[in-house]
Amino acid sequence: MELKVVERSATAESRLTSAQSVEVQDKVRDHPCFSKDAHHHYARMHVAVAPACNIQCHYCNRKYDCANESRPGVVSELLTPELAVKKVLAVAAEIPQLSVLGIAGPGDPLANPERTFATFAELSEKAPDIRLCVSTNGLMLPAHVDQLCEHNIDHVTITINCIDPEIGARIYPWIFWHNRRIRGKKAAAILIEQQLKGLEMLAERGVLVKINSVLIPGVNDQHLAEVSRVVKQKGAFLHNIMPLIAEPEHGTFYGLMGQRTPTSQELNAVQQACANDMDIMSHCRQCRADAIGMLGQDRHAEFTLERIESLEIDHAAAMERRAQVRAEIERQRAAKRSRPQPPVLVSLDALTGAKPVPKSRPNDKHAAAPAVSLTKPGFKVAVASHDGQQVDQAFAEAQTFAIYQLDVAHAPRLLETRTVPAAGADLSAALAGVKDCGAVLCTRIGFDAWQQLEAAGIRPLSVQPGTSMRAALAQAQAETAAAITANLDALAPALSA
Amino acid sequence: MSYRITAACVNCWACEPLCPNEAVRAAKPHFVIEAARCNGCEGEFADPQCASICPIEGAILDPSGAPVNPPGSLTGIPPSAWSQVQQAIQAR
Repeated sequence: MELKVVERSATAESRLTSAQSVEVQDKVRDHPCFSKDAHHHYARMHVAVAPACNIQCHYCNRKYDCANESRPGVVSELLTPELAVKKVLAVAAEIPQLSVLGIAGPGDPLANPERTFATFAELSEKAPDIRLCVSTNGLMLPAHVDQLCEHNIDHVTITINCIDPEIGARIYPWIFWHNRRIRGKKAAAILIEQQLKGLEMLAERGVLVKINSVLIPGVNDQHLAEVSRVVKQKGAFLHNIMPLIAEPEHGTFYGLMGQRTPTSQELNAVQQACANDMDIMSHCRQCRADAIGMLGQDRHAEFTLERIESLEIDHAAAMERRAQVRAEIERQRAAKRSRPQPPVLVSLDALTGAKPVPKSRPNDKHAAAPAVSLTKPGFKVAVASHDGQQVDQAFAEAQTFAIYQLDVAHAPRLLETRTVPAAGADLSAALAGVKDCGAVLCTRIGFDAWQQLEAAGIRPLSVQPGTSMRAALAQAQAETAAAITANLDALAPALSA
Repeated sequence: MSYRITAACVNCWACEPLCPNEAVRAAKPHFVIEAARCNGCEGEFADPQCASICPIEGAILDPSGAPVNPPGSLTGIPPSAWSQVQQAIQAR
């Protein structure tokens, strides 16, 4: 199994392209900020219950009250948790596409833990169908990870602009930490440490973490690819690189001091530099901390407090309606998906749910184990197929596998058709039947089989039932090539060891 | 002698939960420190807590009436940059 090491780190890799893994797909299906496709269908809202902040960023002005702007940190109306819940329920009754409630400020949700968690607690009781998420600067994240998990929050966004305190000192003038205001490099070092620790803790608990980074030309533009690499390694799911917003009239440090904003070419270039390392989000609309509606749309002005107080709402009926609207949205999306299009390869390592797959480290056993030859011509893929045309079998049922030779440079070549005992009846016999292969391609795969395939160094992959063999193999080939390229760096220490 | 909150306060709530003496409370048009309760955090913390988290320059005055966080001390924005922008806006 000469590609074992490559495949190992490749699976960690593809956990991050996991807009594609089944369980992750399920989690992001209706989250407009985590799934590019979802933002065409579902709406989100933010409630401004968290006014206090514990750090200062040079792109933020804490005199935030403004009704006419659409940018992060800006709100016009601060809400108590009680009013916030009322507002969410009113919006959810009028906009049945509402799937996500986020708390994003205008300060930091975790600098206001009582208000934030009071809001979540009441909402998870009154509108359990609405997903809850937070966007935080991360300073107080490690202290609140368990509480976030208790409230069933499965999406968290952390703003990480740098992992180097020297750079951080040019972005964050101070933080409030352990009852003191701390400045400069020391402050940035504490913030970065907490952010990365919080990220790891969330990833360990299976929470999807998106990293937001503000691209600041001349400050962190050269550094964000490194940020991407590190946050991916620590388990982040998506990296969202946003352009700095800085106008003198916003009264921010960068705005007043003439810090320039990135051009769209610069933004694209940095996003591409980071894309080698993980999924990059490209549909962010940088919305207000009290935005309501579809991304890019803001209906917050329609939901004034007076109006919310005056609305009479049948909450049970509203929830029923949301369920219907969602079913219809999903029906339409499924119909669209069933039209011919490139298959989505699913890396199954995220299927275990709660806990992400351990990542290869240069010094761990897997990475140090067998000698890796990247010059070997390729590996075999066992494709679960009845008719030899389509991927149409779950691993548990499949008894006929088409064995293809796959390598980066050539078209996939059929070597043989092989009969193997069904894994559902005899898992170890099925594993023995494909033990010379580097990957198994099927429509579905159970947890045990997945684990054992992984342990044997065989990469489990799944596609939509009925995907043509050719399309699935082409995709597997492309993904493997990308994974190998992306992992050369990670492998270097193991190879030289 | 007590610390004091000025009209520059933006009502962000950051100071309120930190006060060991519950001297800070929400009020209109802005938060206030009850003089009788405030002891400047003496014996409790090295620095007065409200002034250590307050993000607004000039919003909290020390017992002598001087701003704990004078202009430029928190944002790094020199006061001259502010006045230039204000002039530019007024000229429009």
